[in-house]
Order: sequence, then C-alpha cells, then structure tokens
Amino acid sequence: MKLSKDQVKKVAKLANLSLTQDEEDKYAEQLSAILDYIDQLNSAKIQNAEPTFNVTDLSNVLAEDEVKPSLTQDEALKNAPLSKNGFFETKGVFENE
Amino acid sequence: MDSLKPKEFLKMNDITKLSLLDTLKALEENKFSKAELNEAYLQRIKELNPKLNAYLKVVEDLQGIPVAIKDIICTQNIETTAGSKILSNFIPQYNATVVNKLLEQGMGIIGKANMDEFAMGSSGENSAYGVTKNPWDLNKVPGGSSSGSAAAVAADLCVFALGTDTGGSIRQPASLCGVVGLKPSYGRVSRYGAMAMASSFDQIGPITKTVGDARKVLEWISGPDGFDSNCNEDRFKSKDLRFKNDLKGFRVGVPKEYFGKGLDSGVEKVIRKAISKLEELGSEIIEVSLPHTQYAVAVYYVLMASEVSSNQARFDGIRFGSKREDFGEEVKRRIMLGTFALSTGYYDDYFAKAAKVRNLMKQDFEKAFEKCDVIVGPVSPTVAWNLGEKMKDPLTMYLSDIYTISVNLAGIPGLSVPCGFSEGLPVGLQVLGKYMDEETILNVGEVYEQNTNWHEEKPKL
Repeated sequence: MKLSKDQVKKVAKLANLSLTQDEEDKYAEQLSAILDYIDQLNSAKIQNAEPTFNVTDLSNVLAEDEVKPSLTQDEALKNAPLSKNGFFETKGVFENE
Repeated sequence: MDSLKPKEFLKMNDITKLSLLDTLKALEENKFSKAELNEAYLQRIKELNPKLNAYLKVVEDLQGIPVAIKDIICTQNIETTAGSKILSNFIPQYNATVVNKLLEQGMGIIGKANMDEFAMGSSGENSAYGVTKNPWDLNKVPGGSSSGSAAAVAADLCVFALGTDTGGSIRQPASLCGVVGLKPSYGRVSRYGAMAMASSFDQIGPITKTVGDARKVLEWISGPDGFDSNCNEDRFKSKDLRFKNDLKGFRVGVPKEYFGKGLDSGVEKVIRKAISKLEELGSEIIEVSLPHTQYAVAVYYVLMASEVSSNQARFDGIRFGSKREDFGEEVKRRIMLGTFALSTGYYDDYFAKAAKVRNLMKQDFEKAFEKCDVIVGPVSPTVAWNLGEKMKDPLTMYLSDIYTISVNLAGIPGLSVPCGFSEGLPVGLQVLGKYMDEETILNVGEVYEQNTNWHEEKPKL
C-alpha cells in the first residue's frame, strides 16, 4: 500500500509529531515500502484463527485496594519541566493562560 | 593506576575474565575483595569504554558485584535515558523491580549500558549518545537493541548485564558479541520500572559469560512483585540438571524454515556443526516445521509498532522528558507506522489481521513441541555487519530479526549460546523451549557449553 504525503501529514497529526518537509517525504517513501512488505499478510489463511493479543491469557488480574507507600509529591514532580504550587504546570487547554 | 606493576595488571585482567559463579566462589574464598573486584572492572572500563562506548554512565562508588544495567531500566537517582535525547535529564525516583532484586543479592550497578533509543533497533546505532562498537571488530555493529549490555559482557567490562528483549534485543547482540543471552518466557520477570516499548512482547533478561550464570540471574530476578499483572508465575527455581554430561534420549527439533533463503552460508555451516555436536552428545535430531515463519517480520512490525505508538504517547513533555521533536528517526518511524495501523479504516487490515497470524505462529510452536523438547537454529542470519551498512534501509534492518521475533510473538523462552565463528566473528546458537520451560533450554545450553570451548574465547582488545 502506498502512503501519500497527505496521509503522512494526517498520521503525524494523530501521533502528535511535528515533522519537517524532508521527514514527510522520507517517511512517505519508507512507510510505503514497509506497508508493501506487510501486505503479504493477505496470503495467510486466518479464517479460523482467533486473535492473540497477549500470550498469558490472563484477564482481570485484581489486587486489594490498599494504601501503600508511594512517591511523595516532591519526588513525583522532580522530572517535570514546569511545576507550580505542587502540581504539573501545562498550557491552558481552553485559553492561553 | 599508572603505578601498577605488569604482574598486578595481569591479575586484574584475570579477575574480570571470571564468570559470575566463579566470582562468587572467589569472593567466598577470599581470593580477592569486593573493592579489588570493582577496581579491576573500573580500570578496564576506563581503558576500553572510550573505544567501545558500551556505557552511557559509569557509577564509581560501589560495594557490590559489578553489573551493567541497560539504560531503559530505571535506577533510583541514577540518570536513565533509554538512549534518547528526550530523556537526557531524566532521573528516576525509584528502582525497577529487577534492580531491587539484584541489590538484595549483593549486586551493584557499575554502569548504565548504551542501547538503541527506547530499545528500537537491531544494531546499536539508534542511540542518541553514539554507537556502541563490537569488541571483536571495532568497525562492526554489536547488534541491538541491548548493544552496550552485550558489548560490556563480551569485553569483560562487567560480571554480567541486564538487557530487554522485545523482538530479539537480548539474543541477537549476545550472538553478535559471542556471549550468552536469555530471553525468559513472557510473564516470568516483572517489567516494573523498565520503560515499556511493546507491552505484549517486552521481557527483561540476563546477558552473561556462561549459561550457568544466566540460570543464576534468572533465579534472582524472576517472580511476581504485584506491579506487573502478567507476571504471576512463581520464581524460577533451578532443579537438579536432568542431563549432566550428555543429552541421551533428548529430542532436538530443527525447523526447516530457519535454514532457507537469507541465511549466510558461513553462519549455516557453524550452526549445522553445533547441531551435529548435540547429536554426538546423544540427542535425537528431528526436523520440525514452523510454517508461518515467513510472516513473522510483517506480524511483528504491525503489532510492535502499534503498541509503541500507544506507549510513546506518554512522552508529552509535561511530567518528564523534553518535547516530542527530540525523538530520534527510528522511534518516529515506528510511532508513525503504529498510528497508521491503528487508525480508522485500517485497523482490521493491519492490527486485527496481524493478531490472528500471531495466533497461528503460536500454534506452530505448540505443534512442533509435541515432537521435540527444544528447537534449535541460528539467532541471526548473518554475523555482525559493518557500522552504517543497514542504516539507510529500515526494511533490510528489520529482516535481520527474522529468527528471533517469532519467539516474542509466541511468548516462549529463548537462549543464545556461543557456538563458533564465521569470518572471525561470533555466531550464536538459538535454543527455544516450551512456555515457562527455561529449565530445559538452560540444561541443553549448559551441556553444550561444557562440551565445547567457545565461551572461553575472548576478543583481543
């Protein structure tokens, strides 16, 4: 399958990546080649196969809801580029604060 | 260190050659102290790391037995970059479970090992902090993504190392560097504190100088911690070896699909010779078939990239790390591929279809293991290649993972054991076992190792 440059732009937006012109060209070409290779999956006989998402077959692994020691607020904020009043600081969502 | 006499230099190099088990024994017998042990390794690191670039960070003030930790595994108060520019200032506030388990056993972190950025790569060249060189030939790649871990063990810059394996990232660099690498079964070792790449494949495992060492480290790091819901099997406990000096009555499966087009003839010769050795040791060689092997790379790159695109979404530059522009080329390529495969209109054609073929591949192994106890074959279709050789063409690079990724798709354990040389470079024999049966593959590896001398070969540095 061939990816157009417009599709690459759309995917980059979904992935929250800002690509340069050069990157858009390069990824359009490279991803098209990779998708061509992946198209061989069409020849696999999958009519009777169930999908495997996880090999352990475990589901709903539960734990008691207990209070346990964890990171302090200071520790949790240690790697944040910006913090304010003990919280992560980020750009306003609805207006530019 | 300049004041040391030649005789003492010799002694130090002897210390760093020892396996983990021999090091533990020597310490117990007071042959040398932990301080001397650390000094010997630190001196060797100072001398050789500038050539190899195996370590991103060296920790000097340690009291334990020197272990290298792949830089994707969190170490409290020690920088952990995952080989990425986006985490150039990241300092974890807690240890990964595997790190705590090693510390409890008296191990110490001597350094953080270089790697392909976020474990994405097969050559070590995707690190934002420079490539790692292969200790056997400085113009060759060490393999990846646990490039620094494998190079550090091969060059005797640590007693052993931890790596992670999502599609071969422990076994392939171990093979290319001539050391032992073990990918445990999915769910055997808690991944808590290892940054997630593709969550349904990732496992942490040891890279060691001998198979016995890999067994010991697996005993230490396995078992549930309550933080990884897929890890609920008991800790791995060694049993008495079922086979001690031979493999009489043992059934070794050889998949015909692992000896087809693309396998280098020099590597094939070495692998065939290793299989003859297993036969000589008394095992019965049985041809088996893994008919869906041809789809492995396609299935893996759809599912892995999809999981990557979701996992890497956490890097938003708010809680930790810098901006997403700082992701390297390969990471962005995989995020793009995965985002596309999961996007509206394409999910059924890619993700859902690949998950079904994954099921068929898992069944291939289950059927093959009805006829044999282990499956053997090559780890990598070639020996270590030239630095830069495959960087322009991502698909060619991906195809070099053909023999390792099926194992992650099926969740079974896999071991790489040194089994000879081609063109002067190491070749690894891959030994695959049933789900949660590390015991048997380690046993086969140990018998093979005891009856060959490959693990004693060291690179000339």
